[in-house]
Amino acid sequence: MQWYWLPEYLPQFIQGIWITLQLLVISLVIGMSLAIPIGLVQVTGPWPLAWAARVFCTVIRGTPLLIQLWLVYYGLGSLFPFIPGIRDSMLWPILREAFPYAILAFSVSVAGYEGEILRGAFRGVPKGELEAARAIGMSPFQVLRRVWLPRALQNVFPTLTGEFILTLKATPLAATITIYEVYGIGSVVRQETYRIYEPLLFVAGIYLVLTFILVLFFRYLENRMPKRGIA
Amino acid sequence: MENAFELLAYSPPGWGGALLRGLLATVQIALGAYILGLIIGLFGAMGKIYGGPVLRWSLEIYTTLIRAIPELVLILLLYYAGSDFLNFILESMGFERVDINALAAGIFVIGFVQGAYSTEVLRGAFQAVNPGQIEAGKAIGLSRFKLQTRVIIPAMLPYALPGLANLWLIATKDTALLAVVGFSELALVTKQAATGSREYMLFFVAAGCLYLALSLVSTLIFSLIERHYRRGQPDQG
Repeated sequence: MQWYWLPEYLPQFIQGIWITLQLLVISLVIGMSLAIPIGLVQVTGPWPLAWAARVFCTVIRGTPLLIQLWLVYYGLGSLFPFIPGIRDSMLWPILREAFPYAILAFSVSVAGYEGEILRGAFRGVPKGELEAARAIGMSPFQVLRRVWLPRALQNVFPTLTGEFILTLKATPLAATITIYEVYGIGSVVRQETYRIYEPLLFVAGIYLVLTFILVLFFRYLENRMPKRGIA
Repeated sequence: MENAFELLAYSPPGWGGALLRGLLATVQIALGAYILGLIIGLFGAMGKIYGGPVLRWSLEIYTTLIRAIPELVLILLLYYAGSDFLNFILESMGFERVDINALAAGIFVIGFVQGAYSTEVLRGAFQAVNPGQIEAGKAIGLSRFKLQTRVIIPAMLPYALPGLANLWLIATKDTALLAVVGFSELALVTKQAATGSREYMLFFVAAGCLYLALSLVSTLIFSLIERHYRRGQPDQG
């Protein structure tokens, strides 16, 4: 074991952790805001929407994230240059970067997996609670915001946080499309120092710590949730 | 459109045959890894339930570490560590170094990761078996082995199957990660085809369809198996 390279690359690793966290948080936020309507329409929506949401979840959950990521990055990325005038437009500097493609692919993936979980969660909220909310005169949107969504999220919170951890563990895939997050930096170190194990072990350690912090954070949130009864 | 059919044709210069062979490799690794994972999981679950403190703690560390570190990192680590370790043993016994067969390496790596998840799924299922049924089995004088095969395993399968089905789907999708270490399964073949023809959209959609077909067929098979093992159980809703 030789760790002489560590001080030299440490700033890059810190940068990498920052990018990993950005990838994770942005895709979770976008993904969850898509997952809520996707879960909801499968329970109450008109059948074409419900059907489309079902197909979306099946396709996303049935194909590897790596293929989705490559499809978005190489596939979409190869189509954009054909749009006339796009190279001169304001969007081009964004479209040239790899990061937005990774965010797109991860968000869509989060939406697919979490949409499926939220479908069950929305269905699991007792009808009586929704009827009670309507009976005291809440509008449909108020019912969703004050009763249906909070109760649904509360019931599946442990499942959701488990899925969020899985998303963290999926972020290294971004390295395959030239994004230098933690794992990507590790690969750079491996190429430049010819050490095989140390950079990998160091990267594994970083993910271990990140996972641990996330688990503690989610447990803290879970404990803060109001619970029924004395337990 | 004609161009697409030519590119996906079965025989070269079409890539159809190569994609299907990639799919076959994917299924082979996934199947091997899944079975290896189940064997590790079965022993792991038994160890966690019946084992002494040392065994229980080592299994706890194994499942926690494997489930907290990204699969991609684990695959690289296990790939290098596994082949180095094997060669070290071979050399110390006086044999020559070997190049590890890629299929075997893929199965070992994904199987080792799957084992951690299987351990947890099976442990939960074993503990969900009604103790009364086990006591009844003991009372009529079944041997320990018969008790496992006739009572405990059939009774725990309905609890384990949803989790095991999920694990199989994860196994098929995890094989795609082997593309990163250069193993020629469906994902890597697709990337080669896409780069070679510059038709990225076409080939990644085609690969997506193949993976999707695999997961839909698997889901169907698992629901049939689950129906079989749930027979005689009370309906749940």
